[in-house]
Amino acid sequence: MIDSWLMERLLVATWETIYMVATSTFFSYLFGLPLGVILVITERGHIMENKVVNRVLGWIINATRSIPFIIFLILIIPITRLLVGTYIGTVASIVPLTLAAIPFVARLVETSLKEIEWGLIEAALSMGANTWTIITKVLLTEAKPSLILGVAITTINLIGYSAMAGIVGGGGLGTLAYYYGYQRYENTIMWATVIVLILVVQGVQFLGEKLAQKASKNRG
Amino acid sequence: MIKIENLTKIYHASGQKIVALDDVSLTIEKGEIFGIIGLSGAGKSTLIRCINMLEKPTAGSILVDGQEITTLNKHELRLTRQKIGMIFQHFNLLSSRTVFGNIMFPLEIAKVPRKEAIKRTHELLELVGLTDKANVYPSQLSGGQKQRVGIARALANNPKLLLSDEATSALDPQTTRSILQLLRDINKKFDLTILLITHDMNVIKEVCDRVAVIDNSRIIEVDDVLNVFTSPGSPTARSFVNSVFSREVPAELLHRTTAGGDREQTWLVRVAFIGTSAGEPIISSLIRKYDVEANILYGNIDRIKDTPYGNLTLELMGLSNDLQEAIDYLQSRGLEVEVLNND
Repeated sequence: MIDSWLMERLLVATWETIYMVATSTFFSYLFGLPLGVILVITERGHIMENKVVNRVLGWIINATRSIPFIIFLILIIPITRLLVGTYIGTVASIVPLTLAAIPFVARLVETSLKEIEWGLIEAALSMGANTWTIITKVLLTEAKPSLILGVAITTINLIGYSAMAGIVGGGGLGTLAYYYGYQRYENTIMWATVIVLILVVQGVQFLGEKLAQKASKNRG
Repeated sequence: MIKIENLTKIYHASGQKIVALDDVSLTIEKGEIFGIIGLSGAGKSTLIRCINMLEKPTAGSILVDGQEITTLNKHELRLTRQKIGMIFQHFNLLSSRTVFGNIMFPLEIAKVPRKEAIKRTHELLELVGLTDKANVYPSQLSGGQKQRVGIARALANNPKLLLSDEATSALDPQTTRSILQLLRDINKKFDLTILLITHDMNVIKEVCDRVAVIDNSRIIEVDDVLNVFTSPGSPTARSFVNSVFSREVPAELLHRTTAGGDREQTWLVRVAFIGTSAGEPIISSLIRKYDVEANILYGNIDRIKDTPYGNLTLELMGLSNDLQEAIDYLQSRGLEVEVLNND
């Protein structure tokens, strides 16, 4: 039954998950967004065509994305230790979550930016715009609704990943479900975490769609 | 204003060499509206994009207002581009900005102080007649209104030259006419040189002073628009002219009026009159002076930019001598006469 102990555990775990996911979403965009932009503008015929950068970056992103997260998690333990001193706990989980999400974000951003018609970039070029102006005032601004939906997708993915991180001591709802729900056969805890996760994911998706709608209001 | 010399553009696409422009030379005078007409794939789109270096030429030189633009560095090129406006077939307006924001964009790029930019934007809105649409997003505008925004945006930094890339091709005929009228107005008002490309001979007819015909990556004809309409020099030009003025005579007419015999003959004659002669009663004096009868089969009067241009297809009946004299008379009055069924 849901007693106060369980309630407290659930609240703490939910907060840990939100904290991990929010922080790693932030950092993955901090690095993934510029990488996505670079992927687009270094493409053939684009405003900063650069075959070498485009190929190398694309290769690294594909390589990173092909490693299953659970393996990735263990693989980068040395890096996690180097950055935060430990590989156990909520803060330590942020490192693998962020690193795994960066290439994912880069591809999502790339996809969003590619939806923009070349004509808009050409028009800005014809007005004498420089690369920075085109990135900030044409690419990112025009793609805003699509980018916001990308953030929602990334966040939801990271919620899933964070549960996996929970299994190796990452904290949050994953830890709760695994150690109490699975290993101690406490079905109530298992189901409670599942319900919380469903609610969080639904909430993120709803929020993402609302914000994207607001950003694309009046547009054609 | 623009002097293009030996311009060549070669693309390499999947191992194949595609010549988009082949040794093109053209001179465009200051203040004129110059049209380049060609079918799709002829190279006109590449040509206009070379003028502001959206396409880098493979060889050749382009002088814009005395400045060689093929050798400019990036920074110089950006400054030069700010002085060359461009409008597009699909308008290319930013969907995230209102009409006001779109028109202000080039001013932001040119780092015009904000206050001044706002003032200028209001002027431009008034110029294109969209003051009441300032806070509307492009998706709520009609095609014609979108192009007006495009024109206002292109004029923001007081360019000396306006490039028009099929600017009316996505518009209906009525809207096309109003946009072309706007182009003529700004051409006069600001002494703005306009270079436009199109596949529609009507556009050339309505606004251009001179026209170049591009075919298969080469310029095959350059002339005053009036000359091209009255005596096209190439088959391509002729087919463009025919797309505007139907010059074909129905076969049954040709058959009915076939000339022959020694006595009474019927000649099918096409008379073209340009400018002032369109106002004179030439046909009625023709009938009074010569022993011929005239039957008007088809006629129309149109305008090539500001010049009236008439076309009349006549059946002239009479004796061979009289007919010849009548035609000589018409020619002496400055009309272009063509006997259609006489070989």
